Amino acid sequence: MDEDPVANPMASSLLRELTALLGSSNVLHKTDDLLLYEFDGSVEKGRPDVVVFPQTTEEVADIVKLAAKHRVPVVGRGAGTGLSGGALARGGGVMIVFARMNRILELDIPNRRAVVQPGVVNLDITRAVEHAGLFFAPDPSSQKACTIGGNVAENAGGPHTLAYGITTNHVTALELVLPDGEIVCVGSKFGDAAGYDLCGLFVGSEGTLALVTQVTVKLSRKTEAMKTLLAIFDAVEGASQTVVEITARGITPAACEMMDGWTLCAVEDYIHAGFPRDSAAVLLLEVEGLRETVEAQAAAIDEVCRKHGAREVRLARDDRERDLLWKGRKNAFGAMGRLAPSNYVLDGVIPRSKLPQTLQRIQEIGKKYGFSIGNIFHAGDGNLHPIVLYDPRDAKQFEKAIAASEEIIRYCVEVGGTLTGEHGVGMEKNELMPLLFSDGDFDLMRRIHDAFNPDSSLNPGKIFPLSKGCGEIRVRREAASARQRG
Amino acid sequence: MTATANLATRLEGVLGAHHVVAAEEALLTYAVDGVMPAVIVRPASALEVAETVRFAIAEKLAILACGSRSKMDIGMPPTRYDIAMDTTAQHEIAHFDADDLTLSVDPGIPLRKLEGILAEKHQFLPLAVPCYEGSTAGGAIASGIDSVLRQQYGTARDFLIGAEFVDGKGNLCRSGGRVVKNVTGYDLHKLLIGSLGTLGVITRLNFRTFPLPQSSGGHVVAFTSAENALAHRESLENSGLPLANLEVLSPEVTTMVTAILRRGGAEVPASLEGSGWLVYVSYEGNPAIIRRISDHLERAARANDALRSEVLEGAADENLGGMLREAFEWLRWAAPGVLLFRIVLGKITSGDLGELTRAAEAASLRATLLLRAAGIAYVAILAEDEEEDTLEQFEKIVADVCMRVSARSGHSTLLHAPEGLKSRVNVWGPERADLGLMRRVKLAFDPQNIFAPGRFVGGL
Repeated sequence: MDEDPVANPMASSLLRELTALLGSSNVLHKTDDLLLYEFDGSVEKGRPDVVVFPQTTEEVADIVKLAAKHRVPVVGRGAGTGLSGGALARGGGVMIVFARMNRILELDIPNRRAVVQPGVVNLDITRAVEHAGLFFAPDPSSQKACTIGGNVAENAGGPHTLAYGITTNHVTALELVLPDGEIVCVGSKFGDAAGYDLCGLFVGSEGTLALVTQVTVKLSRKTEAMKTLLAIFDAVEGASQTVVEITARGITPAACEMMDGWTLCAVEDYIHAGFPRDSAAVLLLEVEGLRETVEAQAAAIDEVCRKHGAREVRLARDDRERDLLWKGRKNAFGAMGRLAPSNYVLDGVIPRSKLPQTLQRIQEIGKKYGFSIGNIFHAGDGNLHPIVLYDPRDAKQFEKAIAASEEIIRYCVEVGGTLTGEHGVGMEKNELMPLLFSDGDFDLMRRIHDAFNPDSSLNPGKIFPLSKGCGEIRVRREAASARQRG
Repeated sequence: MTATANLATRLEGVLGAHHVVAAEEALLTYAVDGVMPAVIVRPASALEVAETVRFAIAEKLAILACGSRSKMDIGMPPTRYDIAMDTTAQHEIAHFDADDLTLSVDPGIPLRKLEGILAEKHQFLPLAVPCYEGSTAGGAIASGIDSVLRQQYGTARDFLIGAEFVDGKGNLCRSGGRVVKNVTGYDLHKLLIGSLGTLGVITRLNFRTFPLPQSSGGHVVAFTSAENALAHRESLENSGLPLANLEVLSPEVTTMVTAILRRGGAEVPASLEGSGWLVYVSYEGNPAIIRRISDHLERAARANDALRSEVLEGAADENLGGMLREAFEWLRWAAPGVLLFRIVLGKITSGDLGELTRAAEAASLRATLLLRAAGIAYVAILAEDEEEDTLEQFEKIVADVCMRVSARSGHSTLLHAPEGLKSRVNVWGPERADLGLMRRVKLAFDPQNIFAPGRFVGGL
């Protein structure tokens, strides 16, 4: 399919019907136009045969019905910032891009709820309600671009989910379009209705059960005080021991991020946030709440940091300094682009008590495969993001990068952790799922999948392993060879 | 057809004699709304649970799992009930990583026992549910009953991080994990919360735990009118102060609380005398925070024309807080005939309160109100008997309340109703638009409908 876009399997009659339904300005089908939709933020790749831009729920339902009639798969997509291939058309077919369903439908300030279309950009929700002292808590690094529909599909997280929880903790109702075109609402505006927690099931189902066409979210209240601290360490071990002790002492910062020295230099060259280029690691910590809470927590954190050898604990003096520190953190992955042609970002999670030994192991694995592996991650909730830099034009290097990554993930699972904390399984980690789940688990998950998406017409080839056996990298080998060809 | 003859003997063959009970007097104590099981089993492990479930599948028998059985009157009576599966023989902590604030427990572990173990590490689990003494972790999750600490700590879906359970094919399944952040696979464990055992039998629950607060305090204020009480409540909700608990009591509920505290020999806070509308708040933190919040509460009480207000400390606060945690328990037994609604309405005004109790008042029945955090109201309608006339009145009240709540995009369910009424009203409220999807979920988990059939929403 990649080499020969002319051999488009899409029946021309479907294309005609989609164009009649949506107008030609809402349908893309030329190879050049489709290229953009072949990628997301991950290393994966999958080109749709046609991309459509609906503006209403009814249009989404009609698109799905047309695709079903022609037996063509459908995949939903927001801004395409995902990191696990969740919004890629692995099996080709129709890609529904929600960019033009981007209206905020209702702001209910007294009840702290917003009803939005899936194409609304994450940060725009906060912008719409900050005048009332409210904000939307999940804050993925891509929050200036990523959309709420994508956040719901992937159950997105972010630095401040340590205190506030991830997307699922902030969604109370969804309007869905099922693979047969049925439109149905689950959950309820105020939450807490009796019945199975369908909202909890659909959030994070990675677009494999239904398409989300409307989302009701909770809005959180801004706290009266906040302090942002930067703790600078001459040894990674000191920084990781600090995180262990902060957790064990029950100090709950709103965010607790770690960046190692290697990553810091790259970020500093790019952002000039004032990170020390000569340190081994920094912790970026934020405490929020009542003034008294913030004072007490900041003092406790300062004490723990110094106990574990922090050479300096800086306090952001004003919003400008705070914003700069966060800009450095949130653009870190962009900064990595300056170091190598490509990078592979992992998303494993470990019990926080296992942080020091895990960071140690990651370095050993890096050495074994001949990579420098950077670490920039949500230390406070044990969500690691090791970054493996490689050159995708070198197939051997790509395979080694994947092998190193899998060894890291296996280690995370061995110490009681999991495959993904916020990026999703998608087509990136689906072959690793047997590390965690048994045949019985898959059998039930498959039954749930088939209860909503019996023909796998919606986002096929995601979450579930395609091959038997643990951790096969067959799919990635294919991806690597496709990349070489392309 | 279901073959219950010699069931106990055949189950003994599966589990061993000491795990199976069939004595009539024991069976009576496992009855649900008058429906009795044929046999009780007490599996000691997840494997034994799975064996029993596979046996039930083969024999087409219905299973109801239970813990301490304190909340079995929630939901509809089962349409079939062969095996009562008592989970209390599984009562250990499987894993506790105190430094990670994560925990795995057996379903039958009593919450009180768990509390003691966590307290040794200065931690706790914010599952402050009614019938607390004896309640098990599994029962608290499966019943989905409100915890009074939800204002600050959220509901179980916010801190249940994983689970293991036996599904309707007899497979031991897992969902989630033991880490605080995880998006690997479908979040099936969330479906178990409040599912009344209709999807599977829980064999393991993983939670994140929380640090015990350094200190805590309580504050109770009496008002002459519902308007003032609600204004006070709203001012607190908008204050941004972190409150662990926030409840509003109607005068009738205040009187009940006073009577129960007296009966138990506990000191009654002066603010409860005179039976006004009451607002109770509890809060946690270091001494500076406690001081600041209680000062704020005193000022707010004055600004809202409080009749009386007082700061509660130590045992006085624990007694009143504990009493309110148990509200479900004493409201459902507050009169010979009781309808207990749980209503979710978002922002509640005094006009709404009048609406919710109008039909009861028209029938000359006492109506009591307890507003909890997050827009939840408990409304109890009290009658002197469960005779046919009363049931007819109850039926009309249920229809009226459901209609009014639905019109406001809210939800109403009956947490308790006389047995005789359950065949005439839907305790789960009006049929929901997503019932069809719930059916699909039930069918996927339990294709042969062996788990608690008929107990749940829409007859599931």
